[in-house]
Amino acid sequence: MFVGSNPTLSATRVMAVYHQVIERLRRVLPAAAVLSSPEELKPYECDALTLYRQLPLAVTLPADEAQVIAVLRICHEAKIPIIARGAGTGLSGGATPRSDAVLLSLARLNRIIGIDPLARTARVQPGVRNLAISEAAAPHDLYYAPDPSSQIACTIGGNVAENSGGVHCLKYGLTVHNVLALRVVTIEGEVLEIGSAAPDAPGYDLLALLTGSEGLLGVVTEVTVRLIPKPECARVVLAVFDSLTRAGQAVADVIAAGIIPAGLEMMDRPTIAAVEPFVNAGYPLDAEAILLCESDGTPEAVEEEIVRMEAVMRGAGATACRVSCDEAERLRFWAGRKAAFPAMGALSPDYYCMDGSIPRKRLAAVLQEIRRMEARYGLRCANVFHAGDGNLHPLILFDSNIADEVARAEAFGAEILELCVREGGSITGEHGVGVEKIDQMCVQFGGDELETFHAVKRAFDALGLLNPGKAVPTLHRCAELGRLHVHAGKVPHPQLPRF
Amino acid sequence: MTDLGSLQERVRAAASARRPLLIRAGGSKDFYGGPLKGELLDVSAVSGITHCEPTELVISAQAGTRLADIERVLASFAQMLACEPPQFDGWATIGGAVASGLSGPRRAYCGALRDFVLGIEMIDGRGGLLRFGGRVIKNVAGFDVSRLMTGSLGTLGVLTEITLKTVPRPRAECTLRFEMDQPKALESMARWAARPLPLSATAWHEGALHVRLSGADAAVSSACGALGGEIMAGADAYWESVREQQLPFFAAARELWRISLPPHSPPLPVVGPTLIEWGGSLRWLPGPQDGSDLQALAARIGGHASLYRAFSKPSGSPFQPLSPAMLAVHKRLKAAFDPQGILNPGRLYPDL
Ligand SMILES: Cc1cc2nc3c(=O)[nH]c(=O)nc-3n(C[C@H](O)[C@H](O)[C@H](O)COP(=O)(O)OP(=O)(O)OC[C@H]3O[C@@H](n4cnc5c(N)ncnc54)[C@H](O)[C@@H]3O)c2cc1C
Repeated sequence: MFVGSNPTLSATRVMAVYHQVIERLRRVLPAAAVLSSPEELKPYECDALTLYRQLPLAVTLPADEAQVIAVLRICHEAKIPIIARGAGTGLSGGATPRSDAVLLSLARLNRIIGIDPLARTARVQPGVRNLAISEAAAPHDLYYAPDPSSQIACTIGGNVAENSGGVHCLKYGLTVHNVLALRVVTIEGEVLEIGSAAPDAPGYDLLALLTGSEGLLGVVTEVTVRLIPKPECARVVLAVFDSLTRAGQAVADVIAAGIIPAGLEMMDRPTIAAVEPFVNAGYPLDAEAILLCESDGTPEAVEEEIVRMEAVMRGAGATACRVSCDEAERLRFWAGRKAAFPAMGALSPDYYCMDGSIPRKRLAAVLQEIRRMEARYGLRCANVFHAGDGNLHPLILFDSNIADEVARAEAFGAEILELCVREGGSITGEHGVGVEKIDQMCVQFGGDELETFHAVKRAFDALGLLNPGKAVPTLHRCAELGRLHVHAGKVPHPQLPRF
Repeated sequence: MTDLGSLQERVRAAASARRPLLIRAGGSKDFYGGPLKGELLDVSAVSGITHCEPTELVISAQAGTRLADIERVLASFAQMLACEPPQFDGWATIGGAVASGLSGPRRAYCGALRDFVLGIEMIDGRGGLLRFGGRVIKNVAGFDVSRLMTGSLGTLGVLTEITLKTVPRPRAECTLRFEMDQPKALESMARWAARPLPLSATAWHEGALHVRLSGADAAVSSACGALGGEIMAGADAYWESVREQQLPFFAAARELWRISLPPHSPPLPVVGPTLIEWGGSLRWLPGPQDGSDLQALAARIGGHASLYRAFSKPSGSPFQPLSPAMLAVHKRLKAAFDPQGILNPGRLYPDL
């Protein structure tokens, strides 16, 4: 039990413990690395899911692994929760603070330790920005493939914690496919060396378990990633459709034709309308949807593949296809996709970015269903997403100054996620569960599976101090929501404590 | 199709009596891992493809389904399992392949078997039937238990169904052969891998390096031109014999060590024949060898060594020992999934 929620401690006693902990943190870290005044804490009150805000108890800014260990040991001993934070670009509230928890920023562990061009690996500290890895590898004609749209800001530690993806993940994989090894500090302050640059590290695949674990199992202090050779050339087909159904079909057809594009992204009509004035990419404003389908490789292979891609698009009913003829045009075609999020700001005071995944063949049906929901909730929704992966990003537009719009936006989002689960998909493709989707976890998983997640959590963090209340709901919470899958009238493992 | 309920019942009974179970399907990997202990839990009848959708690039099959049957179905719509897991005379099942985590020649260039696991259904050590992951490519809800199962050798659960991502078959393929010594071959593999070439497999033994290129016609033919070497006839049969370990090198070895190293590692200071795969990251050495020396040597260059196949199974673990901190986590995870320690005890490490 945390200090802050222990009923046997008086409020004064709790404050005294907090005070002592901050004092002890100041003894192991430089003065500027422990923040505790409200003005200093303010910039950390939320991540990119700004609907949830809370000042943390304190913020620590360690500069190396030894300082990370010291912070964890102090908090563990005092039973104070710890929340790791990278750049705070997370969209599901994974790094949302708590008033009874210390926020552990990894931003100052931002050194690239080494790049080995012939082994094609980079060893970096967790606070290194995603794009900085590719920039450092560029002189060797190598790059780090997973490229979240937030790559200029987000950290590799955050990417590991969320198993982040990007436009190129259809062909080159997600974070889990591109990370080779981790150094992880446990809540007790012990260092685990997980995975290795050598294939098939012995023992359980803790590398996979830690990837996407949202800071619940340990703090990542070093990451070794795989680098891949830069393709010689890339070209993109811009295909225009007059119906969502036909665009969705084209996505399935590309895959069925045995093509794995380097990227396959969809934008719907509202998105096109929002971005075109921004970037003048030449998108047709009367299209229901456009697809951007990229091929990369040697010039000959790209030439061959582009011809096949275009044929599939036309076969699926594209009303027009344009192929980028040079790098400038390719970047212009992509500019709209990249500007989609900022462009929404011009359409609406606020937007809420959802992240569900579904089987590709259900794309059109789900998009139509979202259209119907727009009417029901009285809110607009724009769709711009990783179509090739079946990973939707509905952007629900709302105005937080209008009384119930936040609540309606949240309800709309929740219904989309539940639709994804019904269609055989998932409530999150790449943004994580965090605080945002914790209730939908009760829809996607049964009680036995949730209980297994808690058991895994306890194997790493018996006291539940790392990022509590995120990612995995308590069975109690699910039961209260009336959403626990109760098998044969029995709550799973009734003998186990519920926390 | 066997009824899962009766398998669950067996596990529950074994748990309450604390009787170890030996999980087995095709038995093709009895040689692999630590000692075989416990009462047989045969899952070979839990078999059949349960879901297969070419446009989604996924296939689901019950654990006892033969890999050969899965590959046959995938081939009928020009797809395949990307990492080419060995089929061991046709006996290997998808459950056994995932439990052992063994990948084939394509692994260094396309990913390991674990990279393609999307979801699993399993029975834990309490007899509960659990489902993790799913049938979609992207899914980050909850901890990645599906991949955790890969390579855990049945010590965390009885796999009953598996969903894998599949890949399209390459349109063109060509294998080049180069006469070269080991240092030159290691250097060449590292240099080529750092260039955007459509590599899909490499193997060096007896003074010859074999390099397979796969992909679009134009990509393969231009890469062949760029690399030189002589085009190998009968390449499909050759790669199958590498995957299935049927080359004379393997047949001659009574004992076999598997050494896994970071890319671009130097030749190992050992005498005798060696066979190298995966761009230099996988080295096979025939035994007998001094195991702890070999493991210490591998660890010094950032890798690890295991006794892959022995004339008689050692009593301990054939795998590189874990650090005390890692072993402690492993034991707690084992207890979380299998509190009575009844599932394949000792198959991975004596304590698990
Ligand atoms: C405009 C925009 C576009 C985006 N586009 C994409 C996209 O295309 N694809 C995608 O996948 N995501 C995208 N994201 C989401 C976000 O950028 C990613 O989730 C990213 O990986 C978060 O990294 P971060 O450093 O900001 O982590 P934070 O937000 O600081 O933290 C995220 C989680 O990681 C944990 N964490 C952070 N560092 C560590 C560590 N060292 N050890 C342990 N746990 C840690 C935190 O506790 C938290 O749970 C986007 C976000 C924005 C704002």
